[in-house]
Amino acid sequence: MIEVNAIYVLVAREFKKFIREKSRLISTIARPLIWLFLVGGGMSRLVSPGMGLMGGVTYIQFIFPGILGMTILFSAIFSSISIIWDKEFGLMKEILVAPVSRFSIVLGKALSGTIVSVIQAVIILCLFPLLGLKLGVLAIIETIIICTLLSFCIASLGIVIATFYESFESFSVIMNFIVMPMFFLSGAMYPVKMLPDILKVLTRLNPFTYGIDALKHAIFRDGGVFDFSIVTDIGVLLVTSIVFVLIAGTMFERKK
Amino acid sequence: MGAKYSYLPPFLLNSYMSIIKVENLVKKFGNLTAVNDISFEVEEGTIFGFLGPNGAGKTTTINILCTLLAPTSGRASIFGFDCTKQSSEVRKAIGIVFQDMTLDKDLTAYENLVFHAYLYDVKKSEREPRIKDALNFVDLYDRRNDLVKKFSGGMKRRLEVARGLIHRPKVLFLDEPTLGLDPQTRANLWDFIVDLPRKHKVTIFMTTHYMEEAEVCSKIAIIDNGKIIIVGTPDELKKTIGGDVIYIKTSDNKRAKLEIEKLFQVNVFEQDSELFLTSLKGDACIPEIIRALGDSVLSVRLQRPTLNDVFLKMTGKEIRVEEVSSGDTIKEEVRSYRRKFDRG
Repeated sequence: MIEVNAIYVLVAREFKKFIREKSRLISTIARPLIWLFLVGGGMSRLVSPGMGLMGGVTYIQFIFPGILGMTILFSAIFSSISIIWDKEFGLMKEILVAPVSRFSIVLGKALSGTIVSVIQAVIILCLFPLLGLKLGVLAIIETIIICTLLSFCIASLGIVIATFYESFESFSVIMNFIVMPMFFLSGAMYPVKMLPDILKVLTRLNPFTYGIDALKHAIFRDGGVFDFSIVTDIGVLLVTSIVFVLIAGTMFERKK
Repeated sequence: MGAKYSYLPPFLLNSYMSIIKVENLVKKFGNLTAVNDISFEVEEGTIFGFLGPNGAGKTTTINILCTLLAPTSGRASIFGFDCTKQSSEVRKAIGIVFQDMTLDKDLTAYENLVFHAYLYDVKKSEREPRIKDALNFVDLYDRRNDLVKKFSGGMKRRLEVARGLIHRPKVLFLDEPTLGLDPQTRANLWDFIVDLPRKHKVTIFMTTHYMEEAEVCSKIAIIDNGKIIIVGTPDELKKTIGGDVIYIKTSDNKRAKLEIEKLFQVNVFEQDSELFLTSLKGDACIPEIIRALGDSVLSVRLQRPTLNDVFLKMTGKEIRVEEVSSGDTIKEEVRSYRRKFDRG
């Protein structure tokens, strides 16, 4: 059962708070900027475009899809694990005693995370001319669609994670053992092909990898090096999203 | 009481009289039994008080009634709906003010209520007027566009009560509604709570560990260590103490003692050159005593039993501040149990 009103108001609440908290917006945009220009700028001196692994693009261009993904990864996970915050500081109780199905709550929270992540990703996407990239209208639309899919997938994963934790103390555990490995084992910062075999296996198990690969397809079109086909990428994102939503809904339904 | 509603058909009789029914409810967290086989009923339109120290099992019972926890055994129903199996119907029928604040501090008072109205699927045409009414009712209409984080403790609590009423629940749960509020705010909040059943046609189920606050209840259940010790009206509970105590000082205590014993056929005791006796109607006895003893009376005072005395008699202990720590241990225990449960 899906309650449209409840989903709407959960998303509206998140959106309103997002608009209000300017500092949150600034800090979430600052991180990708730092990575893109400081890390990317420095690394591009070490990595020459001619190496072939990156399909002839410069390093800073190569990591652009990865940085878009990073924006989404951080903001979607943060938005979802705010559930832990809500559990500790109350509002979650108000939501849980309402006559709303647990799946609507999960969908509402996942869509909340999606909308704020996509807004931030779009802001970062606007930087493409500075990096010497040329994106057509179609490429931009495709990129935004993939950002939306990836955001939803990561936000639902975040909810699954949040259902495992009761207090906010677990925050650094989540950051260090889930978010950072997901980011580095995704091909965001370096081509998956040059990783050792054991790490290659791990990247294949990481849904975030497929999101980054899909973003590369949309941004580099025919001029990039990809790990999977776009169909595989989107398929994996869709299937994992559904699985995460189902797991999260079931976990929420369980009464202690 | 059965006779009072005898004109109603049997199926209505049941639902009309008891809006909350709890039968042999048990809740265990690991080795800890938070609620130990309790049963009670709450009549529609009344204020029912759950009285006991922190950690007695009050909040656990509320959480089961609110469908947040599943009982280990036994059953609870509200308005005829089972709290475990028909949680959706139960949720529509209840409003809750939790012990901890559950407002969104970063939204305005108005936005918090809108959020609630959407969650409870209040009809579009009804949303505005109901929110306005609720805000007026708790005197917060002028502050509707202020962020909740700017509100005082009392204002937040009032806003939560207003929110709990937006969807017109049949039962409103108030879990320690005055906890952490200053005495004046507490008094104001009570004035306002006692009006709720009449003004909003709602049954109130509240918990408190302030004995004096339980006086406003139509019925009280005293709970300790997960068990209900006694249920009754405040007066009934106080009568278990044996009534009021009258203290008399006279110029001739010996003569007075004999006079009073002859007059009421009760034992009169003497302590610290003061006579005292217990009586069910202490206030009515005083004029008779004065008439009988005449000018020899130096002073008379009447002490009414408090719910604190009742609690003391029933449990052999007073509700003390130290009890708070035992409540915290239980909370900690429940938390660690949940953590285990979550991971396993």
